[in-house]
Amino acid sequence: MKVIYTDSLVIGGGLAGLRVAIASMQRGYDTIVLSLIPAKRSHSAAAQGGMQASLGACIKGDGDDEDIHFADTVKGSDWGCDQDVARMFVNTSPKAIRQLAAWGVPWSRVRAGDREVVINGEKVTITEKAEAHGLISARDFGGTKKWRTCFTSDGAGHTMLYAMDNKAIQMGIPVHERKEALALIHDDGICYGAIVRDLITGELMAYVAKATTIATGGYGRLYSVTTNAVISEGIGNAIALETGIAPLGNMEAVQFHPTAIVPVGILTTEGCRGDGGLLLDRDGYRFMPDYEPDKKELASRDVVSRRMTEHMREGKGVPSRYGDHLWLDIRLLGRKHIEKNLREVKEICEYFLGIDPVEELIPVRPTQHYSMGGVRTRATGESPALKGLFSAGEAACWDMHGFNRLGGNSVAETVVAGMIVGEYVADYCAANPLNISTTTIEHFMRQEEKKITDLLLRNHGENPFQLKAEMQKIMMDKVGIFRNGPDLEQAVEELKSLNQRARNIALRNRISSSNPELVEAIRVPKMIKLAQCVAYGALLRTESRGAHAREDYPERNDKDWLKRTLATWKEGSDLPDISYEELDVMKMEMPPGSRGYGVDNIVHHPDTKKRISQIETVREANPGADRFEMQELLNPITIPEKFKGKNERIGRGFK
Amino acid sequence: MSDNERVLKFQVFRYNPQKKSDKPRMVTYEVTEAPGMTVFIALNEIREQQDPSLQFDFVCRAGICGSCAMVINGQPTLACRTLTSKYESGEIKLLPLPGFELIGDLSVNTGKFMRAMSERVESWIHDIHADQVDYNKLEERMDPDVADQIYELERCVECGCCVSACATKRMRPDFLSAVGFMRLARFALDPRDKRTDEEFYEIMGDDDGVFGCMTLLGCEDYCPKDLPHQTQIAYLRRKMVLVK
Ligand SMILES: Cc1cc2nc3c(=O)[nH]c(=O)nc-3n(C[C@H](O)[C@H](O)[C@H](O)COP(=O)(O)OP(=O)(O)OC[C@H]3O[C@@H](n4cnc5c(N)ncnc54)[C@H](O)[C@@H]3O)c2cc1C
Ligand code: SF4
Ligand code: SF4
Ligand code: FES
Repeated sequence: MKVIYTDSLVIGGGLAGLRVAIASMQRGYDTIVLSLIPAKRSHSAAAQGGMQASLGACIKGDGDDEDIHFADTVKGSDWGCDQDVARMFVNTSPKAIRQLAAWGVPWSRVRAGDREVVINGEKVTITEKAEAHGLISARDFGGTKKWRTCFTSDGAGHTMLYAMDNKAIQMGIPVHERKEALALIHDDGICYGAIVRDLITGELMAYVAKATTIATGGYGRLYSVTTNAVISEGIGNAIALETGIAPLGNMEAVQFHPTAIVPVGILTTEGCRGDGGLLLDRDGYRFMPDYEPDKKELASRDVVSRRMTEHMREGKGVPSRYGDHLWLDIRLLGRKHIEKNLREVKEICEYFLGIDPVEELIPVRPTQHYSMGGVRTRATGESPALKGLFSAGEAACWDMHGFNRLGGNSVAETVVAGMIVGEYVADYCAANPLNISTTTIEHFMRQEEKKITDLLLRNHGENPFQLKAEMQKIMMDKVGIFRNGPDLEQAVEELKSLNQRARNIALRNRISSSNPELVEAIRVPKMIKLAQCVAYGALLRTESRGAHAREDYPERNDKDWLKRTLATWKEGSDLPDISYEELDVMKMEMPPGSRGYGVDNIVHHPDTKKRISQIETVREANPGADRFEMQELLNPITIPEKFKGKNERIGRGFK
Repeated sequence: MSDNERVLKFQVFRYNPQKKSDKPRMVTYEVTEAPGMTVFIALNEIREQQDPSLQFDFVCRAGICGSCAMVINGQPTLACRTLTSKYESGEIKLLPLPGFELIGDLSVNTGKFMRAMSERVESWIHDIHADQVDYNKLEERMDPDVADQIYELERCVECGCCVSACATKRMRPDFLSAVGFMRLARFALDPRDKRTDEEFYEIMGDDDGVFGCMTLLGCEDYCPKDLPHQTQIAYLRRKMVLVK
């Protein structure tokens, strides 16, 4: 049995995983990163849009600060997020972006003087301040009050991931590529690493560690059409679920992005609309202002996706052999802008659609995009139930996004969570000796070996590719943008029967080394379990919040549903166990209110009024308190010492 | 489906070095073309319906991550964004990218090569103060044009097409290759990197470096990100000639 020992094992080499690894290495702990693919190919590289940080250097970001970013994030989450985590996040994001600047990201910079931009379909001239020249610039994104999304032309994620991986290489952090974590090793409520399969040789190994971090990204591939990479299959979430101990949070919270191209689902960034692009229907009519007169195309993602779907249901979609779609129009931005700041979009249009978006309309449709749910953690990033297990990035439900995440807040989360959780991982390594018996390691090793041998020996059974396609179709048709009771009930039943069939997979290619069919056979049963968590959670949640929209329960119901869904899985069972964690209104810095979209049909929580008046009293009792003292009074957070400093901005200093 | 749908003939290189008895060979698969079909879609269809052992690498399937370079009808390129309609004859021949360790069939180990390249050129900002930077304060300013220029050179996706198209690399196994030159040019341009020309010379001032390059420009012809190899190699050469 091959056993590899380390202090900090990080599963996932995207932005979040690499940043956690850097943090634990900086604190002197032996660290290993595992990845299915070379780290620089992780899906983080695909983020074209940018990263939110309230630097307030560009003129349209003037006056921005942590408080405004906080309010946008909480509103965006439809009050489903953890407000202390959202606070830690907004306060640290400016530091994260500045650190990345020092590590090599060539962020696009402010250029003093006039420039022409498109706002609300009109060309306008804005004037950047001379004193801001050369500082990090920002663009507009949906659901934000200020222009806050910092970017690198059209390649924010790419440049961030390259800088991060380069830093990891500089520090000599080993990245074990083409390795897949298949199961967590745990005993008596403590996690000790993972059983890992080498995707080339097929060898199984035990990576034994003090602290284990899951940073495996999202689970978009539960759906047949998604903007996500083909490896975004949620296996990291599944191995946490399969411990039977670690809960997953809010798995039903799945975001659909308004503008992926039809039919393949490749994303055109929100930057298209942020920079002034419009949505048009079959008549060439700009419809968003009719639905959302205030934010129009730049309403929150979940809102725009639903409005587009409604509009198509009214017969206003453009018919095509792949079903109805709408148009994204960026022609008005002009060639120069498109070729510089939206070049990736242009390439995608040319290569996959054979069109030039400078002159033609882009066929788009809302498409699965982001997983708000994931491994539930405390604010420290540690699982509340399984000690020594941490999670960060899209794989985690650290929960700063609640039921809808804002564009630009995700790559920001990966880095900020990486910094903060990374410190707690290091603290954990410092405080805990590695105490595990070989019997435990062997037990988990045998278990995984047996699963693979069974697969290789079975003569007749199910085809894993087919099971996966069936699952993806169920999710797409019945657990999509709009949901309802009868469809969800069917989805839950159908997935249950897929789960049973998945216990009987047989292979055509029966070799244990490098074998794509075996990889599929190992993953599909895990994915079906996740799909069941999503569908069942969605069925039980009889309200609409953020991206979870129930046609039969259109109101946001704070009275009964201001709580987070927790899913755990008992071995051998064919449905997850669902329980709930209440959100405490009396601790909220920003008590529940309206997001300002559509009709306000909120069923209020009985504590909301109490909390509002309590906050009033605190304000009146502390008339001299500045915004930092006020936050301390209303939402005191614990954060590692190194991240406590205030952030400087031009024209404002550290105020 | 339309009436004029055609049947594509894929000739695919097959060899699994993990299997003791296996031998390299070409295997033909037929696939009915669909509108908008890419090599990515076709290969997945072959794997799912005809041969589940077929190995290849895709991640983003959008031309962004650089995973899927292979030789398609003689030319190294990204398979995920190659439309099958491009090939009038309907015959498509797929070979793994040469110059890299073969994992199996169309899958090669570019990751290992690229990590070694990054270590060799020390692909990071060299500045002893970078780790002490006070991130609470305003970031160091940068000229907006310089930032844009650095990004232009950083758009490389480490796909390896330039390496496979390079005649020098075939003769000199340790030749740094265009991807390495591009990375060096990117850092040489960056004011945050405090390395001197002499230090860069240590990395590339020999025949395995920029002096070995024969400027035949296979790299420039096949780079899917259209990076300016010619001008950057010329720039590095001039810079290096001045050192000695
Ligand atoms: C097309 C697209 C555009 C986007 N644009 C933006 C944007 O502009 N702004 C923004 O804020 N957000 C954006 N997002 C979201 C954001 O990019 C992602 O949420 C974020 O990058 C996820 O980073 P991560 O580190 O959590 O995971 P990833 O980058 O997905 O990395 C996951 C890692 O885990 C590894 N892994 C997975 N499973 C296993 C396993 N079982 N064993 C070992 N390793 C494993 C993988 O190899 C990989 O290295 C976009 C997303 C998409 C899909
Ligand atoms: S110019 Fe020719 S020899 Fe030089 S790196 Fe490019 S392909 Fe290789
Ligand atoms: S320089 Fe171009 S061809 Fe070479 S690895 Fe980078 S993107 Fe690929
Ligand atoms: S799969 Fe990412 S570039 Fe082709």
